[in-house]
Amino acid sequence: MIFADVTERLHGTSGPFELSVKLELEERKTYALFGCSGSGKTTFLRILAGLVEPDSGRVEAFGELWHAPARGIRVPSEKRGVGFVFQDYALFPHLTVRGNVAYSCRDHALVDVWIKRTGLSELAGKKPSRLSGGQKQRVALARALASSPRLLLLDEPLSALDSTMRVRLQDVIATYRAETGATIILASHDLPEVFRLADEVLVLEEGKIIRKGTPREVFLPRDVSSKFSVTGQILAIDKAGVLSVAWVGFGGSAAQIVLTDADREYLSVGDDVLVASKAFQAILWQTVRRNS
Amino acid sequence: MDIGPILLSLRLALCTSVILLVVGTPLAAFLAYGRFPGKAVLSSLLTLPIAIPPTVIGFYMLLFLSPYSPVGKFLAETIGLKLIFSFQGLVFASVIYSLPFFLGSVRTAMERVDSTLLEASHTLGKGSFATFMHVSLPLSLPGMFAGFALSFAHTLGEFGVVLMVGGNLPGETRTMSIELYEKVEQSDFASANAYALLLIGVSVASILFVHALERRAKAVL
Repeated sequence: MIFADVTERLHGTSGPFELSVKLELEERKTYALFGCSGSGKTTFLRILAGLVEPDSGRVEAFGELWHAPARGIRVPSEKRGVGFVFQDYALFPHLTVRGNVAYSCRDHALVDVWIKRTGLSELAGKKPSRLSGGQKQRVALARALASSPRLLLLDEPLSALDSTMRVRLQDVIATYRAETGATIILASHDLPEVFRLADEVLVLEEGKIIRKGTPREVFLPRDVSSKFSVTGQILAIDKAGVLSVAWVGFGGSAAQIVLTDADREYLSVGDDVLVASKAFQAILWQTVRRNS
Repeated sequence: MDIGPILLSLRLALCTSVILLVVGTPLAAFLAYGRFPGKAVLSSLLTLPIAIPPTVIGFYMLLFLSPYSPVGKFLAETIGLKLIFSFQGLVFASVIYSLPFFLGSVRTAMERVDSTLLEASHTLGKGSFATFMHVSLPLSLPGMFAGFALSFAHTLGEFGVVLMVGGNLPGETRTMSIELYEKVEQSDFASANAYALLLIGVSVASILFVHALERRAKAVL
């Protein structure tokens, strides 16, 4: 069990707010922290990793106290057994891809396994400055996995990847959990990723968890009954005569959905939506609003 | 041109720079990463030799290290070390005098290392010392080489401190800059010119070396 009851003063774009999270997470599960930029996702992950000392509170994991200032306990990051994939990768620029992955892993065979699984075999001898953003992200993931963490913290880990590589690495993450029984917490904006990886979703808004549950419970409204449903994002809204048509992207493809006047009033470009259909007409249901 | 002062200056500059590399690097790390009360005061004290005239530093070192001072007397009586008018004394004085130049360069390089890299190292199971050895130190190497080169060039051309602490003993404390002064006193301008040009050449080479390291560091990072 992982228990956290922490507060930390943060400064967002709309002024200061308090991250105040109290939750219990089960071991061997994957959790998604979902929320807008600046909602406190990264700070919460950093608190769990021991990189940020919260203003107050307690963190307990795997039967150990990690942070309990009242008892003078603060377990440093290096003793927590966490793996962290940073949003900006944080690769060691003086080491090659192999050197980065092997940084905390003396088992050469294991290093090879992660280099191969993340598709980095051809790049193993290159320095990070020669890699693209997506390649750097793969190295960051391979490096964290090679350290065999019992708690894997992923901060937008696959955001710079194309859809094919993204799906491949989602499989790598899922396989890691299946093989090691690690607990995974993933901060993500990406709904398909959340649906694919997470057992439970914690929706964070202005530092508070406002909803939690399975991805279906959190994102799919109970009052939509449908033959099929799929999540996507509105890429554009075109006016076609008297009709409005939304271009909705799903992974690497897009489809046109006709909007009603009522839809047109509250939907806008960038919204995450649920596309559902009974038999003929697809309908859109806003799941995450991007623009106020 | 007598080669003795040239070799002596090179030996002094090399000894000073190597000692600074060994002693100054941990000190720079302490100032870059340490959190302790009085850090600003210590930092200012160590930078002071830049602001004080070299002859003044030399004068007080002369008093401080002379056999009549408690420190000089203690060193002479316990380990037989005489720091006034000796090569060892020159090395000691040069280390103190060049310390701020070396510290400034290395400390800045260490502070420039992206803190996220240090955090990444910690999350990968490495403690502070291992992180320093595997991340901070290699990424600060250009700064260390630059500090080494600056200290070397600085020591090579030093006059005031050297004259005060070392005097002008041929083969022991008569460095290139003292010899240059001697030659001017003797109106031997051709020899003085040769020493001066040699000192300029070494200084220019040091600066080029520093720039080359900076370019290389930018290419790697």
